[in-house]
Amino acid sequence: MWKFIHKLASPPHFYRLAAQIVPWLVVPGLLLVAYATYAGLFLAPADYQQGDAFRIIYVHVPSAYLSMMTYMIMAVSAGIGLIWRIKLSHAVAAAAAPLGAWFTFLALMTGSIWGKPMWGTWWEWGDPRLTSELIMLFLYFGYMALRGAIDDTVKADKSSAVLALVGAVNVPIIHFSVEWWSSLHQGPTLVKKGGPAMDTAMLYPLLAMILGFSFLFGALLLRRVRAEVLFRERRTRWVKEMVLSGGT
Amino acid sequence: MRPRQQRMLAVGLVIVGVATATGLTLQAMKDSMMFFVSVTEVAEGKYPENRNFRVGGLVRDGSINREAGSLEMTFLVTDLRCDLPVSYTGVLPDLFREGQGVVAHGRLGEDGVFVADEILAKHDENYMAPEVADSLAEHVEEQTSGLQEGPLECPSSDS
Repeated sequence: MWKFIHKLASPPHFYRLAAQIVPWLVVPGLLLVAYATYAGLFLAPADYQQGDAFRIIYVHVPSAYLSMMTYMIMAVSAGIGLIWRIKLSHAVAAAAAPLGAWFTFLALMTGSIWGKPMWGTWWEWGDPRLTSELIMLFLYFGYMALRGAIDDTVKADKSSAVLALVGAVNVPIIHFSVEWWSSLHQGPTLVKKGGPAMDTAMLYPLLAMILGFSFLFGALLLRRVRAEVLFRERRTRWVKEMVLSGGT
Repeated sequence: MRPRQQRMLAVGLVIVGVATATGLTLQAMKDSMMFFVSVTEVAEGKYPENRNFRVGGLVRDGSINREAGSLEMTFLVTDLRCDLPVSYTGVLPDLFREGQGVVAHGRLGEDGVFVADEILAKHDENYMAPEVADSLAEHVEEQTSGLQEGPLECPSSDS
């Protein structure tokens, strides 16, 4: 077990393994997103109140889910990197941040576009769900800015890891904001007592989209970690040998 | 204690410390974290005086009155315990209708009428096809017709 983890954390081994895994994530990811796009637009019925406008859920919910999931991946990787001094772990955290920021942006934007016709407003300051999600976008920005401001990789890893860990307290706040406080945002539809409050014809495309987004996110993350590893290891012998032998 | 265990302890303490501090802060700010107050809270006098606030509830069935030829309207917002008359002039969101959850922003007048300058519709977490909603509505009508009167007395701020 420990031997396997040590081998996985070794940069050259991870670099090769990640390249082999990526296609296995991209193909099912694209298939799921293609099915969910078709089913979400044409097979799912219109909502009894929102009509066709509800279909933005097929982008909004996967993005919002991954915006929080990515933050947890970033914070846990940063924590592991701090405690066990594993460089690969820090590389994962650094590679995850821009992806998380984009998912957060997508969730905020699609929510805003839906909010204007449904709620009657693009944005409400003071709403706990909206505000805590916006704070997460700024946490991602802060994390990336902090990394960018420190040239020394080891120092950048350590200080940004502390920021990632401190910011992790925001993730449960986002999730429970609609239950702890009154909010304009509706409560959870999928994860609730008595099962999802949604017609199955609407639900299956949504679950497929969440899974598809997750697969594609995994592929993007692995590709980004590979680039990060290559940059960090640019002066090592294995990278030199690989480049000289014409490999990728 | 080995260095790795020290680091583990430090990381654990940071997480616990930040979570505790945030929890206590949010607990202290509980009231201002609320996006809106309920109609019952308004009846009990638990609302910010001399400034605008938001009140949330359902639009009571059959209470919508429109002035002919203008955007002026009045309706009752209810939490099935207390009712609050609301007056509003302006454009309404698509989801506004009888029985719908709404959040009104404005201030409470001397006459007990809430003068709203903004009406937002609150959507619930249920997603379904129109046919399903129709058959469900009939079913729910049977189940809850006895509750419409309101199970609890509305409190008054004078007492």
